[in-house]
Amino acid sequence: MAKQRPITRPLGFVVPIVALAGAVAGLFVGTANDASLTGVLIGAAGTAILAALFLTLFPKQRPAFWLSTALFALLGLLLASIPGAVIGALFGAFFGWFTFWLGTGRYRDRLPPYTSAGQVLWHYTFRVICGAIFIFLITPIIVVMPLSFNAEDFFTFTPEMLRFDPEGYSLKHYRDFLTNSDWQNALWNSVTIAPVATLLSVGFGTLAAIGLSQPHVPFRRAIMAILISPMIVPLIISAAGMYFFYSRIGLQGTYLGVVLAHAALGIPFVIITVTATLVGFDRSLTRAAANMGANPITTFFRVQMPLILPGVISGGLFAFITSFDEVVVVLFVGSAGQKTLPWQMFIGLREQISPTILAVATILVGISILLLATVEMLRRRSERLRGLSPA
Amino acid sequence: MSDATDATTASQAPTPDDGLRIADAEARADAGPVLAADGTPLKRSLSRALRMQKMRALMLIAPLLIFVLVTFIAPIADMLFRSVENQIVSETLPETVMALEDWDEHDAEIPGPDTFTALYIDLYLASERKLHTRLGTRLNYEQTGISSLFRKTGRRVKRFATDDYTKQFVALDPEWENPAVWVAMFEQDDLRKALPLTARTWDRWSDFLIEEEGDDPAKEKPEDILFTALYHDLTTGDQSAFTEGRLARADAAVEAFERVDLKAEFLDADKDWASLPVWQTLKIYSPEYTDGYFLNAVDMQKGLDGPEMRPESQQIYFTLLKRTLFMSLMITGSCILLGYPVAWLLANLPARTANLLMILVLLPFWTSLLVRTSAWKVMLQQQGVINDVLVWLGVVDNADRLIMINNQFGTIVAMTHILLPFMILPLYSVMQTIPPTYLRAAKSLGATNWTAFWRVYFPQSVPGIGAGSILVFILAIGYYITPEIVGGTTGTFISNRIAYHISSSLNWGLAAALGSILLAAVLLLYWAYDRIVGIDNVKLGG
Repeated sequence: MAKQRPITRPLGFVVPIVALAGAVAGLFVGTANDASLTGVLIGAAGTAILAALFLTLFPKQRPAFWLSTALFALLGLLLASIPGAVIGALFGAFFGWFTFWLGTGRYRDRLPPYTSAGQVLWHYTFRVICGAIFIFLITPIIVVMPLSFNAEDFFTFTPEMLRFDPEGYSLKHYRDFLTNSDWQNALWNSVTIAPVATLLSVGFGTLAAIGLSQPHVPFRRAIMAILISPMIVPLIISAAGMYFFYSRIGLQGTYLGVVLAHAALGIPFVIITVTATLVGFDRSLTRAAANMGANPITTFFRVQMPLILPGVISGGLFAFITSFDEVVVVLFVGSAGQKTLPWQMFIGLREQISPTILAVATILVGISILLLATVEMLRRRSERLRGLSPA
Repeated sequence: MSDATDATTASQAPTPDDGLRIADAEARADAGPVLAADGTPLKRSLSRALRMQKMRALMLIAPLLIFVLVTFIAPIADMLFRSVENQIVSETLPETVMALEDWDEHDAEIPGPDTFTALYIDLYLASERKLHTRLGTRLNYEQTGISSLFRKTGRRVKRFATDDYTKQFVALDPEWENPAVWVAMFEQDDLRKALPLTARTWDRWSDFLIEEEGDDPAKEKPEDILFTALYHDLTTGDQSAFTEGRLARADAAVEAFERVDLKAEFLDADKDWASLPVWQTLKIYSPEYTDGYFLNAVDMQKGLDGPEMRPESQQIYFTLLKRTLFMSLMITGSCILLGYPVAWLLANLPARTANLLMILVLLPFWTSLLVRTSAWKVMLQQQGVINDVLVWLGVVDNADRLIMINNQFGTIVAMTHILLPFMILPLYSVMQTIPPTYLRAAKSLGATNWTAFWRVYFPQSVPGIGAGSILVFILAIGYYITPEIVGGTTGTFISNRIAYHISSSLNWGLAAALGSILLAAVLLLYWAYDRIVGIDNVKLGG
């Protein structure tokens, strides 16, 4: 650690804030032991005394930090064995850091020196609010993961799970997913429908996007509006229309019907991403290729395609996830033979509540993280290729 | 963020269009036309090149355009068509519809015996083809009880006493039982003209035999309906054409025939045939196209004197429409409230930190909709995570856990979470373009924090709010899956009702009408979005 900064803030400023945080922590510990009020009081008083001691007796941060970590870990161990110790150590580390963060005035480092106390308070309050919103965004997805390892057939945390008892966890829902024929059929259907639909959207979509990015396209706006419409029209309306129309022409309840429907839904994504990649595509490159004797097809595959490939692939991924994730249209256009993974989940959520859904959900979250990473990587690569990114 | 902007601005290289302009200018400067290498005037060869380019662009777009038109636009058009289509009545009961033309639905009396004869023939054929139950179901949407009326009568109609006519005709001349006689009779145009009802009934009967049964009409025994129609034609029409032969003899004898009271037979099968509303419904819904479904979708119905409101107890769609709008607005509002601070933070943090935090926004965006919906079910249910935490903290008592699911609250919370990324991403991309120096300048000129934000920063972020709100609102108003799972009965949208009518009540016309109304609302917003943001600028959070 760099040279220790001196304590600059008065005790009267640091101690009450630390005590406040201590009170909140004390509330949790106290509630867990059926004594909320005592917990708050002990938490506030304990951390206040500790903070005052640290700031007066341990002007060096590092020993104080470790001391508080050890102290709280010990406290946790006494109250609730190993898990308690872990949580206690985390609490302790936080308090050790927080006291000195306040005490040495480091909290103002990122802010302009002229900000008033009120502005500093607002700055951190705002961060806390944003943090809460981020927690709102991410918690539901995080919560699903541990629950999928539940040993019971419940949708909630069992006491065993909260005690970190290995008995409370099992892989049985994953086993169920891998062995149950309903789920396996659904997985197989999803895996056979999505790639074909994606291929159709990407094939037609890329061609059309290249056409749309030509300098002179008659009725460009109208064509664009039609091609984007599957994304804008509510899914239930698309589903209703397709159900009526496809049953007239005998496609309702067939594999082909579902594939065509999903391909139509994926097209807007391909059009949008590929036209975005074609923005700033240097047309003199194709002219240069033609100049050197390449025919249009060679030019397309050897010059244009490699440059717009990142956009095409990320458009394809969007189309894939659209089809893979789609449930409303397949619910109407498909029949029992085309039951996809989301459809099976939908049934599961509506009728038989089985935690296998959570296992599937966890697997799907894994897939989406992979896809997100791929798309992000491709986007950066595309920007680098086109020289748009400052980085 | 990858954003799509107008692709035409991309080409800065000269195009045939520029060439044309230059050629124009040069042609004006010089008297003689400028010639291309092959000797044609430059102007013409350039405009040919331009045309070629346009054609090539269209050729590239054509396959997709056709694909989308067939797989997507045609179904939508089909749905719009279904919302007014009503051919089922005139196709199943053509004679009755024709007979009812002379009857006014304001009459206090039910229609006369001719209509019952027509209805008998129609229902007989419909029950042979098993179409009467379908029609009954259709008319039951407008008048409860018609479905069972049709089903009951359909079972009875073949046992009506009309075989009296058959017996009397056969007693007159046994040849009437020979199908070949009938076939021969309706090959003559003047006979067809003289016996219109019988001719039409014969055609429908023989069509039925050929299409459904695969039989030869010349070999099947003539049915009672044919004799009923013949009796009707002979007693009512002008038969001066028959001077001799079998028909003339029948015409002479028919006045003395014993009459079968079909009205009594129908009333015997179901006394509802005497009720005026049944006939009024039949008459009102006899045209081939109807606005009845649309009126139904806004809680109205076709009355005797044009559209009228439904009774209070049957009004559900207006409430549902209001609820859909209210909840979509609530969701949009909560998305603005939660999305604005986050977008601001992301736009004002250093790029590296912002990218890391962006993952927290994009991960939910990329996660399967059903995963997120099931997660909210886990969180919100009475034995769920939030209730558990609240009980553990002692905020609520174990006995009265909060009900947060299967109501409006559940739908709003879950959908706000699901649609929040669609608000954050457009807001973020607008906020990125607002220079932070503006705020500092405002403050250095003496503005308070609030004034600086409200008068300087906020107005510049309004386009982002507009884009995000319309996007979220469009998506929210047509949502189906999430309300279906977490909405219970009070938290459902109009789309859930559409789905119900398609798969459960099978009232496809009403589903199509509700869908058309929803589609119109969304297209209006789409148009607004296009005007404000431009469809080319739709951002995908990739």
